[in-house]
This record gives sequence, C-alpha cells and structure tokens, in this order.
Amino acid sequence: MTVSPPAPGGPAAVEVRGLVKRYGGRPVVEHLDLTAHAGAVTAVLGPNGAGKTTTVECCEGLRTPDGGTVRVLGLDPAADAAALRPRVGVMLQDGGLPSGARAGEVLRHVAAMYARPRDVGELSERLGIGGFARTTVRRLSGGQRQRLALACALAGRGQVVFLDEPSAGMDPQSRRAVWDLIHELRTDGVAVVLTTHLMDEAADLADHVHIVDHGRVIAAGTVPELLAHDGPHGTTTAARVRIEARPGLDAAALAKALDEATGPAWHVSETEPGVYVADGPVDPAALAAVTAWLADAGTLARTITTGGRTLEDVFLDLTGRHLR
Amino acid sequence: MNDAARSTRPTEPYSGPSGRPARTAGASAAAPSTATTPAAAPPARRVLTQAAFEARTLLRNGEQLLVSLILPVLVLVGMATAPFLGIATGGASRIDFATPGVLALAVVSSAFTSQAIATAFDRRNGVLRMLATTPLGRSGLLAGKALAVLAVLAVQVAVLSAVAAGLGWTPEPAGLAPAGLALLLGTACFTALAMLLAGTVRAEGVLAVANLVWILLVVGGGLVVPPDRLGPLGPLAAVLPSGALGEAVRGALLDGALPGGPLLILAAWTAGAALAAARWFRWS
Repeated sequence: MTVSPPAPGGPAAVEVRGLVKRYGGRPVVEHLDLTAHAGAVTAVLGPNGAGKTTTVECCEGLRTPDGGTVRVLGLDPAADAAALRPRVGVMLQDGGLPSGARAGEVLRHVAAMYARPRDVGELSERLGIGGFARTTVRRLSGGQRQRLALACALAGRGQVVFLDEPSAGMDPQSRRAVWDLIHELRTDGVAVVLTTHLMDEAADLADHVHIVDHGRVIAAGTVPELLAHDGPHGTTTAARVRIEARPGLDAAALAKALDEATGPAWHVSETEPGVYVADGPVDPAALAAVTAWLADAGTLARTITTGGRTLEDVFLDLTGRHLR
Repeated sequence: MNDAARSTRPTEPYSGPSGRPARTAGASAAAPSTATTPAAAPPARRVLTQAAFEARTLLRNGEQLLVSLILPVLVLVGMATAPFLGIATGGASRIDFATPGVLALAVVSSAFTSQAIATAFDRRNGVLRMLATTPLGRSGLLAGKALAVLAVLAVQVAVLSAVAAGLGWTPEPAGLAPAGLALLLGTACFTALAMLLAGTVRAEGVLAVANLVWILLVVGGGLVVPPDRLGPLGPLAAVLPSGALGEAVRGALLDGALPGGPLLILAAWTAGAALAAARWFRWS
C-alpha cells in the first residue's frame, strides 16, 4: 500500500518553496521546501549545520532569503513584518534574553508588547518560572533560560510559533512540561514549527517531520511514514535485532545463519565496534540463530534487543553515522 | 490582497491520520483565523514599556551607575573643592566653572559609554533579535533606547544640579534653556556614536573601547577642561564632539548665550554618526 495519508492539521500556515540562503557565497540552504499546518506540530530534524536555524530565521523575518519564497499566514515575513510580528511567536536558539533583568520582569515585558497576551501568572506556573522569577537572567541555568525563552515565545498567543531547539539543556521534568504545552498549542489550532536533534522529541511531538541535511529536505512525512522508509539496503521491514558484544565477530556468519533460519532476507552489519545490527524478519528462530552464533564465538552478549527501527535509525541512515 | 489570496487556499478540515485521534475539524480550522487574531499593543505603549525596561536595567547595574552618576559627582566635587587643582576659571567661581563641563561629561557617560556597552551585549546575547521578533520591532527598540537615555539623563541632571547647588552653583538663568538644547543635541550625537560602535565591534571590544574613550575624553577631550587650556591638544579637542559639547554648555551656563561654532560642530558629528550607524549597524 503506497497511498500516504494527507498532511495532518488544518490549512498551511507556513509555506517555504525553493528557499536558498548563502553566507558569503557558501550555500547554507539550497532549494528547501517546507510546509507547516495550523493545529499541527512540524519538526525540522537535522544534524548541526544542516540549515535548520537559517530556514527558521528566514520564516521569522530575521534573515532575507537569497532565493525562493517564504509565506507565513499568507504574508511575506520581510515585507509584512509589522503585520506578522503580533501573530508569530519566536523562541531563538540562543534565547535572546537580556542578562541584567529578572526573569519575571522579562516575561512581563515581552507580554506587554501584545494587546491580549497570555496570563503571565498562568504561563509562569505551567513552566515553573515562579521559582526563579526574581533571579536575574545571567544567574539562571541553561534549562531555566530555555523555559523563560519559551514562555516569551508563547506570551502573545501567536497563531504560528517557531521554536528553535526548545528543550535543549532541560531536565526530564522540564522537558515533559514543555512537551505538554506544545501538545496543548496544537490542540488550540496553533501551527508549531520546531527544530530539534532529539529523536524522541520529534517522535513524541511531531505530526510531520522534515529531515534536513546540507540545506535540503532529504525526507519528509509523518513519523510512521518515515519509519517505513527504506533502509540503506532496500530493507523495508521494520524489524531488527541489535546485539552488543565484543568487537570483531563474524557478521557474515550471522547473516548466513539467519538466512538459513528464516529465509534469505537478512542484512547484518557491525555499525560501531561491538554493536551488530541485523535487519530482517525477526522471529523466535532468528533469535535462536543469534544466540547460537554467539555460542559458536564463545562470547556472551551484553545486550540483545529486538524491535523496529527508530526515528534515530532512519535519521542516521539518511544523514550518515560519521561525526561532522 | 493577501486576504483574497489566502481565502482561495484549501481549508478542508482534516480528519486526522490513522492511529491518531481525529480532532474536531471545525475547531482546529476556525480557532486561529477569525475571532482572536492576535494584535500588538499600541505603539506608544510598546516604546514606553521598552524605555522603562531599559532605564530600570541601566540604573540597577552597578558599573553603569558608577560611570553614569557616581564618577561625574566625584569629578564635580573634586573640581569644586580640591585645593591642588589649579584651573584658571576665567573669573567664574570654581563650581560655576565646573558644573557645565560635568553635565557634558554625564551625557558622554550615559549616552555613549553606558549605552554602547549595554547595546553591544544585547546584540551579542541575541536580545536585539529576540525583541525584533515581538511587536516592538527594530524601530520601536531604537525609540525605546533613545527615550531610556533621556530618562537617565534627566536623573543625572537632577542629581548633579542638586549637588552643584549645594556647593554654591549659580547658573546664568538666560542660559538654562540653551544649555538644555546643547545637552539634548549632545545626547543625540553620543547615542549615535554608541550605536555605531556597538553595532560594528564585538562586545568585549566595545567594553574596552567605550571605557577607554570615556577616560580619554575626560582628560583631554575638552569636556571638563576647556580646549583652549589643553595646550597642543586644544585645536583637536575643539573639533571633537566632546569639546564642542563642553564649550556649548559652558557658553550657555557661564555667559547665558549658546556659542554657534561648537553647536555646528556637534550637529555635523550627529549627522555623520547617525548616517554611519544606519549604514553599518549589524543586528546580530
């Protein structure tokens, strides 16, 4: 079945077509397309330097594109900036918080720029800002700054909200609070665009994921669609066995044993020293073949896990495993 | 025109992807567009809010308070009372001679040194970009800064005038309005210079340069010591904005008349600095 479901959410709130942006002649974004809908969370996922922040900044009117078109709520972020600012909430990657002011003061200040802002007290409580409202920004932890910057982005009840790595540096409790708030924005019909390299964040939050690398969208779809995406060796199955044991075991022997156990459908590789990944039709016989292979090698595995590919697998398959 | 273009876009409700609970389409499609389009606060409120925020932050910051208020007061008291400073005052009392120059110095402190450092760090920390995405916008941000500088200047003039009056200062009444005009023009000039510096040099560099320039101008810029008493440096100091501002305020408060030459020099510096700042200021 190849019919993909329509994009989730309501009408398009953000439309980027063929976006090009260069810094000093070096292309950072090359013909990038992106659509985000009202009432949906759109994640832009990619490695560092992929062009995520630049793309979002073009949508926020902070950068002028060198080519292509950007429309937010049907308007041009550069030409119609004054009309868009009250309707768009922005959380920058570096926060942009004045370091000498108190946290509560900053939030009240940003809220005062809007005619009908969100209730500052309610927003503070939701994000746990009350506990450090009287602390100056320069004394806040990274996670506290992130929560304050997020509160500022939401203060104006924007119809479109851009969040650049919203939960970076947050503890798990804060991250949960942020995710709950983002779920709620979606229910309220807000178009949420977030950049992240946290796979679980994209998987948990996003209706639609755009994987970006080298300034282009290299894959896009719902999370289930991306998980069904072909693996690197044409394997469309979502099943995999992951074994952690000592490095240097014979992966080809395991592939042969698995093919004999369940039929010739397996691909096995040592993705990093001591980590063996076998993609194929996982069943009890396959697992028995794995343990027999380990017994033949006279070694005990530290962990054996079975399960489908994760978004992280898709991401690494598409963007490569090497550091950059 | 944009509204017309938008209304032709498909707005069919979407029933939700398989596996996700379907939302009531009416709510998700209608909620953001019609009844509650978010709006900006009125422009005057935005600018005043920004000005109050900036002025509060400046007056609360220890270093900024030191350079804006405490050092000028020390210079004033020192020049009026210290026995070892032999300054030829041209017949005026020492406090009458010192006060105009110290008022000019206060302008350089708050409009230039303090504002350049604050803006440079706001630029580095992304504050300028963040505020530019709110309804305040870039023009509102600049207007707010200008008002904040004026508010701080008002505090400085009030405090310095009170201290000077306590030390026996009797300004020429006819010169008060011209002196106010000179201080305002000086504020515009040094704020523009501050923006030029803060918008082109990295924050640590601005910190060093803005403080160094303050000291150099106090010593040899013609602010508190008139250019004609600076020896070989005098002709240079006279055409600097600091020397022009010092001479303009001294002329007003000592003689009751605004000297035309210094005022022209100050106006030329203001125009040049404003054009250069508009041309080269970088927001990030």
